Amino acid sequence: MSKMLKIAICFVTVLFFNCHPTDEQTVIKFWGFGNEGEMVRPLIQEFERQNPTIKVEVQQIPWTAAHEKLLTAYAGESTPDVCQLGNTWLPEFNVLHSLEPLGPFVQRSSRVDLNDIFPGVLKTNILDSVLYGLPWYVDTRVIFYRKDILKLAGYEKFPETWSEVLKASEIIQQQAKAKNKICYPIFLPTSEWVPAIVLGMQSGGNFLKNKNSRGNFSGGEFRNAFSLMSEFYRKDYSPSGMQLITNLYNSFSDGLIAMYITGPWNIGEFTRRVPPELQNAWMTAPLPSMDSLRPGVSLPLGTSLVMFNSSKHKEASWKLIEFLSSVEQSIAFYKITGNLPPRRSAWKDSTLANNKYIKAFYQQLQRVDPLPQVPEWEQIVIRLQTYVEYIATKTMTVDGALKQFDGEVDVMLEKRRWMVERQQ
Amino acid sequence: MNNTSRTKEAWIFLSPALAMIGIFFVIPVLAAFALSFTDFDIYSLGDLKNIRFVGFQNYVRIVETPLFWTALKNTFYFVLVGGPLSVAVSLGTALMLNSKLAKYKSLYRTVYFLPVVSSLIAVAIIWRYLYHPAHGLLNYFLSYFGISPVDWLGDPNLAMPAIIIMAVWKNFGYNMLIFIAGLQNIPEDLYEAAHLDGASWRQQFIEITLPMLKPTTVFIVMITIIGYFQLFAEPYVMTQGGPLNSTTSIVLLMYEQGFRWWSMGYAAAIAFVLFIIILFFTLLQMLLQRRVK
Repeated sequence: MSKMLKIAICFVTVLFFNCHPTDEQTVIKFWGFGNEGEMVRPLIQEFERQNPTIKVEVQQIPWTAAHEKLLTAYAGESTPDVCQLGNTWLPEFNVLHSLEPLGPFVQRSSRVDLNDIFPGVLKTNILDSVLYGLPWYVDTRVIFYRKDILKLAGYEKFPETWSEVLKASEIIQQQAKAKNKICYPIFLPTSEWVPAIVLGMQSGGNFLKNKNSRGNFSGGEFRNAFSLMSEFYRKDYSPSGMQLITNLYNSFSDGLIAMYITGPWNIGEFTRRVPPELQNAWMTAPLPSMDSLRPGVSLPLGTSLVMFNSSKHKEASWKLIEFLSSVEQSIAFYKITGNLPPRRSAWKDSTLANNKYIKAFYQQLQRVDPLPQVPEWEQIVIRLQTYVEYIATKTMTVDGALKQFDGEVDVMLEKRRWMVERQQ
Repeated sequence: MNNTSRTKEAWIFLSPALAMIGIFFVIPVLAAFALSFTDFDIYSLGDLKNIRFVGFQNYVRIVETPLFWTALKNTFYFVLVGGPLSVAVSLGTALMLNSKLAKYKSLYRTVYFLPVVSSLIAVAIIWRYLYHPAHGLLNYFLSYFGISPVDWLGDPNLAMPAIIIMAVWKNFGYNMLIFIAGLQNIPEDLYEAAHLDGASWRQQFIEITLPMLKPTTVFIVMITIIGYFQLFAEPYVMTQGGPLNSTTSIVLLMYEQGFRWWSMGYAAAIAFVLFIIILFFTLLQMLLQRRVK
């Protein structure tokens, strides 16, 4: 036998017999996205140690391809057993009837306590009063701001209402002008839908009407939000183009911007990228509000763990979901990735309790509301960005922009409208 | 052997290939054509009862969508700038490699052909590094000439030129080989005769090389245009259609509508609109070619 052939046989033997599970083992497929798909591995090893009869095959998929991959997997009947799913994607997979209701599993479980999960985040996992996902990690938007600049403007604490933020912006800009410096007090990027949607939620949040089958953006509530935004752009309190802020962290350190609405990943980035002498000068705060209720409502983001109903190993899949969403594992996951735990009791852990920047997220997560649960939502908000750009550059008036946007949303929701009408 | 049995044999031999073409090409194309008259979307995928026949509504919607016109403009930009550039570069390199003065011809041929056989995705990822505004090799070279860093893929005015440069680099090798083959088919005595008559190098190029290369050039231009109209992987990997939709091509738009938003009916309609555009240009070219003859 030639040497090459021997090597080949060895290789094939190793491939088939070494990695192959023993007969008693159940193999479940788990899809993790982006960084999480990589970072989850130590947790999976621990799970396999605790459950020797289950073997988990982790497949890592980049975030940019995840959505397409899941939909094509559904069409090709090759969905995994367990998967992480962005909260905003759940409605699509509900329409496909591809998710397994988790209610019965939760009832039998001694480790899952739904009351311990942030209520606003849990709500995003309930569609037509059926629970389809268990939050894995949570995410919301708060304000990152320059404490020193706001203090100079007379604000010891972060302003609690948007009208006060407007006032603070005016003072900050005047003070900068006196020093011959350019300053955009608050950065509301025209390439993001988050500020517009957050302000819209705070103004009432009825983005869609007629059973979510028509746009309601030009109605009074969202109009308030959009006029407030246009006010920030009109007075140059926020840059109206993206070219001005080439590097967020430098701009923040230079005082070119003083406030920015963003998420938990930026705690790490700000800690790394803001120069050491300014490390005590920045802070996080829950969002201001339009009304008297504090803090203002924010977005319930993050991802949940779901089980596909095509799975042949539902018990084993549930064990994995139960394990990954547990308090201990979510703390472990936080330590590896910085992803925030969905269970409130996990926040008592010292690593979270001692981080001063995280407190704002804890307060904010008590007040998050779900977004409209329609499959078209992501398409709608991505389109909304264009209109934010239109009002920022003053290409359109607030009313003109919202009317046209409602028209576009109605086109996107045309199918839904037909389905709603058919049901009646 | 009579004619009928010969035809029968021909059909038998052709049948495997025809079956493959039928199953994997004709049927899907017909299905996609039918799909373009329906509103097949995520609701239909979940439950087939939710599918509707909508006639030409998808086609009307395409015309009404501003993003389609942006994508069309971007695609034309790519075809009309990138196409001629690609043909010119391949002809230039083919002439150089066919010259009697050139050394190590096969080495250069291989080197120039390498990008063609490399995976487009891998190449696009590497070019994304080359174009990086802060750490990119391209900006590093430019800095020697005192040019300040350029945000190649982040600037709406530069993103498409950056993609064109990359696409030309990736594709010219293939056309170059065809040009070399075309050049080698030109009888040497034509040049010798011209040389004896005292024709300059330029006259020889314009009077002999170019006319003799005409069939090759027509073929290359046609293939290049058809290929370039289907621009997809470069913007998909490098820019995702941005910044400000400046690199969204028709195929990328189709892909996004189809696989991101799952509006399959609409995406199928976009595909047929693109088919008609390509068909139009191919016919136009054939017409011009016939007239020149």
